[in-house]
Amino acid sequence: MTWLASHKWLLARRLSQVAVVAVFLTGPLFGLWIAKGTLASSLTFGILPLTDPLMVAQGLAAGHLMTPTALIGAAIVLAFYALVGGRAYCSWVCPVNVVTDLAAWLRKRLGMEKGLTLQRSTRFWLLGGIVLASAATGTIAWELANPVTILHRGLVTGSILTLGSAVLVTSAVFLFDLGLAERGWCTHLCPVGAFYGLLGRVAVVRVSAIGRAACDDCMDCFAVCPERHVIAPALRGEAKGVGPVIMSADCTNCGRCIDVCSKTVFRFATRFQNTPSDATSGGLGADLAGPPAKVA
Amino acid sequence: MATQRGSATNPGRRAMLAGTVRGACAVGVLGALLAIPSRRKAEAVALRPPGALAERDFAAACVRCGLCAKDCPYDTLKLSDIGDGPMLGTPFFRARAVPCEMCVTLPCVAACPTGALDKGLTDINNAKMGVAVLVGQETCLNFLGLRCDVCYRVCPRMGEAITLELSHNARTAKHAFFIPTVHSAKCTGCGKCEKACVLDEAAIKVLPQALASGQLGKHYRLGWEEKKKAGGSLVEPSPEVQVRGMEGVEMSPGGTYKLEKRPDGGFKEFKP
Repeated sequence: MTWLASHKWLLARRLSQVAVVAVFLTGPLFGLWIAKGTLASSLTFGILPLTDPLMVAQGLAAGHLMTPTALIGAAIVLAFYALVGGRAYCSWVCPVNVVTDLAAWLRKRLGMEKGLTLQRSTRFWLLGGIVLASAATGTIAWELANPVTILHRGLVTGSILTLGSAVLVTSAVFLFDLGLAERGWCTHLCPVGAFYGLLGRVAVVRVSAIGRAACDDCMDCFAVCPERHVIAPALRGEAKGVGPVIMSADCTNCGRCIDVCSKTVFRFATRFQNTPSDATSGGLGADLAGPPAKVA
Repeated sequence: MATQRGSATNPGRRAMLAGTVRGACAVGVLGALLAIPSRRKAEAVALRPPGALAERDFAAACVRCGLCAKDCPYDTLKLSDIGDGPMLGTPFFRARAVPCEMCVTLPCVAACPTGALDKGLTDINNAKMGVAVLVGQETCLNFLGLRCDVCYRVCPRMGEAITLELSHNARTAKHAFFIPTVHSAKCTGCGKCEKACVLDEAAIKVLPQALASGQLGKHYRLGWEEKKKAGGSLVEPSPEVQVRGMEGVEMSPGGTYKLEKRPDGGFKEFKP
């Protein structure tokens, strides 16, 4: 496999993540306005409102029902991720993902130990925690520390160039993931990811181990997957009569397993192609499904 | 049943219990950490955009998206970062740096998707971003007896929000003081006066409403207002007191003497 072929989804993802920042920068830099605002809430081409539903939820917990613009924006976002995969937000949009992927990659290169043991369920507790904190304090509590919006705001307003919150919070997440816990933030703690993970329970676009019969147990996919527990049920499910689609809501649809598999076991599919008979007997030659469209 | 309580007999339950405790601790720690900065009070230096809800409600409504700042044509609005004062990411402005130009179209309010900036504000003259207060009464040039008047002249509501109140200058005995006087009911808090103040450090500053205006005790009633509401005095008129020279003159129910003018300009029955 050429390098390009084994990194195509990774490159597409990075392109998407860059684009999510770039569409906000063309306006201030070149006068070409595409999107205004940040990941918290934005307006694209002056008509398309997008709002983070988690903000609306926290605002509601804090006692404020947002205006229709924000509610419509949140509904569009909910519908979009229910289609392309809840945590596609994490791997295709979120700028922090680039930082934590870098930390994970460095860890691998440096041969570092796993570090702190964290429970994956902690993020759901934290998700509950931020909603409770919002209710208790009457504020959108998570925005005081949310690395996702703080980094994105830093990137689109240029405040990342000063030693402000964006640099500090992003460094903290990077150092935590590098020095303390392997894939600590995104996989174990981030409540934003946990929230989008809830959407993943119904999300249509999924990764399918459609060619699982060709799997030679090389473990490349497990090594590269940020949520490695999601793979086995689908990949090894044949004996139990389980379909080939990775149904776990934790899967971020990052597509790295598709990239690294030398037997082209994986491809993007939908959750409805999940009967055991949907798995083919051999590997597929090419990926037939397109990438999840990126959100602006 | 007692034998089933050991961890060996029910490791699943034990693990679940431990997980629950761990999770509850995480919730507690996070909640406490987030609660500390969110409990801040109004900041003296940071002003909110026009139409901003009261600080407590604002914190529940503003998602820190920056759309208001993006649509501010004068780059007045900034998003707070560490050390700026207001809650992280929320919009604010510093009047001394860039004041609000009071756009009649209210682009910042129009841009707000959440209602943190109240769409009910349609006339910028009704905005309440803060209240100007002449804090430097020992340095203000007008207080020193000069005619600076700059704050008065730059005020978008000149003669309404800031007036010049004339008073006698006893120091020179032949000049007047023109004291810039802010009327909080008309002041929008745009900050143009603070920006324009010619002193090295502005003598007039826009403060958040909560800091600028005192708060009368809730039990206070203003007699003259109550009287107006009731359409008459709420208390018995004062008993007639004898004033020298006014003996025998009738007193009206309001407590004032009824005096009739004489053709020569004096008053009837007034005997000094």
